[in-house]
Amino acid sequence: MSEQAAHYAPGTHPDMPAPASTVGVRGWFMHNLLSTPLNIGLTAISLFLVYIAIPPIIDWVFIDANWRGETREDCDRVGACWVYIRIWFKQLMYGRYPNEELWRINTAYIVLILAAIPLFMRTFQYKHWVAIFLLVGYPVFAFVLFHGDTAGLELVETPLWGGLFLTLVIAISGIVASLPIGIVLALGRRSNMPVVRAICVAFIELWRGVPLITVLFMSSVMFPLFMPEGMHFDKLLRALVGVMLFSAAYMAEVVRGGLQAIPKGQFEAAQSLGLSYWKMMGLIVMPQALKIVIPGIVNTFIGLFKDTTLVLIIGLFDFLGMAQAVATNPDWLGFYVEGYVFVAFGFWMFCFSMSRYSQHLERKLHTGH
Amino acid sequence: MTEEVSAEDLAQPTRGMTVSDEVMIQMIDVHKWFGQFHVLKDINLTVNKGERIVICGPSGSGKSTLIRCLNRLEEHQKGQIVVEGTELTNDLKHIEQIRREVGMVFQHFNLFPHLSVLENLALAPIWVRKMPRGEAEEISMKYLERVKIPEQAKKYPGQLSGGQQQRVAIARSLCMSPKIMLFDEPTSALDPEMIKEVLDVIIELAQEGMTMICVTHEMGFAKIVANRVIFMDGGEIIEQNEPHEFFENAQHERTKLFLSQILSH
Repeated sequence: MSEQAAHYAPGTHPDMPAPASTVGVRGWFMHNLLSTPLNIGLTAISLFLVYIAIPPIIDWVFIDANWRGETREDCDRVGACWVYIRIWFKQLMYGRYPNEELWRINTAYIVLILAAIPLFMRTFQYKHWVAIFLLVGYPVFAFVLFHGDTAGLELVETPLWGGLFLTLVIAISGIVASLPIGIVLALGRRSNMPVVRAICVAFIELWRGVPLITVLFMSSVMFPLFMPEGMHFDKLLRALVGVMLFSAAYMAEVVRGGLQAIPKGQFEAAQSLGLSYWKMMGLIVMPQALKIVIPGIVNTFIGLFKDTTLVLIIGLFDFLGMAQAVATNPDWLGFYVEGYVFVAFGFWMFCFSMSRYSQHLERKLHTGH
Repeated sequence: MTEEVSAEDLAQPTRGMTVSDEVMIQMIDVHKWFGQFHVLKDINLTVNKGERIVICGPSGSGKSTLIRCLNRLEEHQKGQIVVEGTELTNDLKHIEQIRREVGMVFQHFNLFPHLSVLENLALAPIWVRKMPRGEAEEISMKYLERVKIPEQAKKYPGQLSGGQQQRVAIARSLCMSPKIMLFDEPTSALDPEMIKEVLDVIIELAQEGMTMICVTHEMGFAKIVANRVIFMDGGEIIEQNEPHEFFENAQHERTKLFLSQILSH
């Protein structure tokens, strides 16, 4: 539309609305998608790609999929066979844990969620107590529940643990252990005491230098060879320790990056006020350093969560491992795609949630000041 | 007690400020090296209670290093440093004891950006002097009023001007009720219009009898406040005297050269 070039005397120009083609939804489209011939071309290509890719996916996943039924005959193989997932749901979620004892796992999940809720409430007073319970009391409580053999609970040995349950056990153990151990290692690596520094450097470089798969393999196969006769450590426990130490080494370097970003003046001001080393770290340095590296920390957590799938190599059947195992069932051959899609979706849900929470944390802590 | 600063007072060195005989700081034959670089050479210095010492000199002369040795932000390799009767050695207990009694104000303020102004001030009393939070916050507000910015208590350091930040930094050190204050070029990073507000706070402190050592280039301030001016160059104390004698009758060649350079503009 033509705009009149109106001129006003100085100081009398009225406030006018912006041209319609530059604001609002229309403005966004014009500016971002259609502003130059190159952009118009790219937009057209993108729309075309969406047209050929998305509808078939939606057809396969939702419209032509089979949701109801009990046997493989109920799946006509046009769309996804979610019957397969429904039938094997318990195995994918819990592994070979006995059906009658599943309530123990579910109870532990519920307690965890209930205990974690107060941490998200802004005005809750006793967050410290909740944190202590979650870090110290809950692991013991959960282990007793899962393993049994006390308090009247039946023994369920760890080879039977599997599915998403096992993935969560390994991932949560690794995540919760890696941050504190990583912080201590990072501080140790920056220490003035040569022995402390040497130990920390050696630890970090050793665990970072080998693939996680090697660590798991060593823990499972090599470690027992060095143990005295008759001494048995649970295979899952060995794998857990390996995962925890491995991720702690990675976390140490992430934290050290954050520590390097803190100006020396902060340390000096804290010291000149008479704060001891640990008070200085806990009150002044760590809050600032960890805030800076939230993206790195959450990144490491997300990577760890997915790395747990490697335990298949030592005969533990986590979420992905169960999907693979279930796909070999003679009655249900040929449905491995549905299994993998479901597992991928499950992983994506957890990882994306962690990512969203990290962004929420960054917003709340105003990291971009 | 605080007196109003009259024009008369400003024209002469601070009157009526008694310097007692009590020795607060003693540096005896102190040497310091950074690697092979000899940065402090045979420093001998005694500071009595109530003294206001200004240290001046060209950059690299070791002035900041000297005062940083007094609260162990730097370590000396030879000689003795005794602060309030306690010798500064590697003994952590001695170091922490001394740091409780010696406050320091930095050129770049070094406020804690993740805490509010009030939290910055109350932190040390709560965690070092083990004061209850209510009492610590009361003391913090009192000192915030002393430096004339009580309304900024809930703000964060990033929201304050440079002059305000430095005054918060001074208040933060004062909340620990130190016996000695060290100032490391407190106004060097400030815009000219903010220098006065910070110097006024330091002058008031001096009038209340605070023992202080101030590294600064503000010679007007030195003339008002100091009872002794020390000139350092190349890691040595070249000359020291009371301000009037120092500025009018400098003895050493290097002192005269330095004074001619900085007093010319």
